[in-house]
Amino acid sequence: MSEPYLRTVKDITIEERFAQGHRMCAGCGAAIAVKLALKALRGPTVIVNPTGCLEVSTTCYPYSAWRLPYIHVAFENSAAVASGVVEAIRILNKKRGKKLHDVIVIAGDGGTFDIGLQALSGALERGHNMLYICYDNEAYMNTGIQRSGATPLGAATTTSPAGKVIPGKQERKKDLIAIAVAHRIPYAATASIAHPVDYINKVRKALEIEGPKVIHVLTPCVPGWRYPPSESVRLARLAVETRYFPIYEVENGKLRITIRVDKPKPLEEFLRPQRRFAHLLRPENAHILEALKKNVEENWQRLIKLEESGVTL
Amino acid sequence: MSAKTDVKKVLKGDFTYKSLPMAAMIINPPTSLEYKTGVWRIKKPVIDQSKCIKCLLCWVYCPDMSVIRKEDDSVEIDYEYCKGCGICVNACPVKAISMEEEV
Amino acid sequence: MAQVERLAFMGDEAVAYAVKQSNVDVIAAYPITPQTIIVERLSEYVANGELDAAFIQAESEHSALSICVGASLAGARVYTSTCSQGLALMHEIVYATSSMRAPMVMTIVNRSLNAPLNIHCEHGDIMAERDSGWIILFAANVQEAYDLTFIAFKLGEDPSVLLPVSVNMDAFVLSHSIEPITPISDEDAAKFLPPRKYEFEVDADKPITYGTMALPDVYMEFKMQLKEAVESSAKIFEKVVSEYAKLSGRRYWYYQSYMIDDADAIVMALGSTYGTLKTAAKKLRNEGLKIGVLALTMYRPFPEKQLAEILRNTKALVVMDRAYSYGGIGGPLYTDILGTLYRNDIKIPVKNVVYGLGGRDFKLDEAEAVLRMALDGAEAGRFDVNVSWWGVKG
Repeated sequence: MSEPYLRTVKDITIEERFAQGHRMCAGCGAAIAVKLALKALRGPTVIVNPTGCLEVSTTCYPYSAWRLPYIHVAFENSAAVASGVVEAIRILNKKRGKKLHDVIVIAGDGGTFDIGLQALSGALERGHNMLYICYDNEAYMNTGIQRSGATPLGAATTTSPAGKVIPGKQERKKDLIAIAVAHRIPYAATASIAHPVDYINKVRKALEIEGPKVIHVLTPCVPGWRYPPSESVRLARLAVETRYFPIYEVENGKLRITIRVDKPKPLEEFLRPQRRFAHLLRPENAHILEALKKNVEENWQRLIKLEESGVTL
Repeated sequence: MSAKTDVKKVLKGDFTYKSLPMAAMIINPPTSLEYKTGVWRIKKPVIDQSKCIKCLLCWVYCPDMSVIRKEDDSVEIDYEYCKGCGICVNACPVKAISMEEEV
Repeated sequence: MAQVERLAFMGDEAVAYAVKQSNVDVIAAYPITPQTIIVERLSEYVANGELDAAFIQAESEHSALSICVGASLAGARVYTSTCSQGLALMHEIVYATSSMRAPMVMTIVNRSLNAPLNIHCEHGDIMAERDSGWIILFAANVQEAYDLTFIAFKLGEDPSVLLPVSVNMDAFVLSHSIEPITPISDEDAAKFLPPRKYEFEVDADKPITYGTMALPDVYMEFKMQLKEAVESSAKIFEKVVSEYAKLSGRRYWYYQSYMIDDADAIVMALGSTYGTLKTAAKKLRNEGLKIGVLALTMYRPFPEKQLAEILRNTKALVVMDRAYSYGGIGGPLYTDILGTLYRNDIKIPVKNVVYGLGGRDFKLDEAEAVLRMALDGAEAGRFDVNVSWWGVKG
């Protein structure tokens, strides 16, 4: 195995490609995810970003927080726009010597899991050389915390409220990495802002692989998950430590868990600080909490078995 | 069409459709630096440098790039942009940072 | 002007040939009848090494146009094609393309929008994109579809224009009809269209933030920029067609016409129907009837001034629309013309003939009937009915 890009936090470059003065909420997990991803750049890079929290908070005219080329077009087409940028640069490099650029999509779960899934699927199947980073705050946060395909079972959102008859979202979260891997791409991984070295190394590793890559990073959201701003990183860490959000990678179909969690903390430790799960901790909703715990544990065991078996996904 | 996005002029309304860059492009980023998010704070983090072990975790986790890493790996807060979220306070393993009321 | 031999092409094939000669960099499209031959030919050219371009078959038209926007901002010469349902699906991005000032050429093989499902000729698809800020050109035959492609690339990429351009071509009537064309040589095409130069090309050495969010205090100014860009593109169009005329011997203008100077009545249309009207008009002229026919080559920006000049002297006008605005006062071209006449103090009777929807054939004898009806209107000084749907049963 080749040397990883970073060994410790101290190896992280001091250069910031994401500028101060952006208007993401105080304590925003997504802002941390973007900052850290941009620490992994290896050369000229273009960012493509669909409509969402990141886009409106960092590019409200006349303010831009991006120290590199950045393109926003619409909500559901970031993977398609990026495909166009990639192929244009590639052909212009061939025909006229234009400098090659890495192309990175940074898209929320809103613009990825549901409305953006077609464009992502098309881009992955066509095999463009791009990295797609999905920052996942588990709902359509920018429009006011509505449920998405990434909202977990039981969570309260404004369109899946914890009501008297229907207590929160009744459906399970989609598995983005499984969808990505089903396209037989060379690299897909989950990452955590609370594990910055693992995350930045994955971004760099992905950039150095030719073809389509997907990184799925969980980004806690202060107003959406409803917790004090200082807790974002701690919650991201608890998500990993409770096995709620396992951290693994799939390289050429081979799965490898990169942050082992042999003694998981009880899921309640992750849920309790978030008011979006408050109703789940009431006795009448115990069955939903049990279902969520079962999903988490089954998912973990599935990953363990896939890793052990060495099967090619 | 001008090349620069003049933030001050836009804020004052001192522009015409001819003086603005084409198609709402921002030609000279990062113009976000002109917006000092420090005004958002109601509490501010204060570092006790004598306790700091230079682990850099506060620098890594700050969502606003407002913990500045110096040459010798010591850190200081950039109060112009710090929003007072307190992530640095939580992240510090030796409790060298505390939140104080913004006066 | 280099020596070339004439070629026989279907409309689709002629367009693909022009795109090849235009040395495009990126093609992203999704197949839809009857545009399919364009993309198939292009993919063959690329696969055989005859065209050095990235050919991407997108997974939907919405993505196809999105790919084109990304490619255009990255500095590539970009081409796509669609019609009907595909164009409707692209609608969101059609607006973004022009508003982001991303030049490209799109051939629209005008086909009806469902329901009912119908794959034949109609102009409703482009009419739904009238207001988008694209430059809209119409071809009346295969030669024009071929020529306008080059003109569209040069016009859209001009640094003072920077707009996407659509070249509209009737479904099946032109796309699948074989007509002889006189091409331009590869050398002439290369001279007319050197590699694209774009000042705001994506470049890490000169980072630009594209597609920002503009609040009410500043949004309207950016749309004013778009308005001016579309309107002033007409001046560049005049330059471009003049240059193309030197190259090809074929002169394009905002419109084309047959015997309108002394016409008692004029019938106007968009697209291939012009040919039918012209043939019928020749017959009537031989009978001594003073009829004229007119077709717009440029529909957006709308050549109001030029039209006012030539319509001022006639006595009656029939505007043919192969599309309709349901619930409105008539078809789209008719409404544009009514506004033009009113604003320019031209008080002549005007009638709207809505025809050919869903590809219903508009034959020579029917064209003759419309021309005679126009002359009747000129003589009576009025039309009894404002809008008539031609040939509808019942």
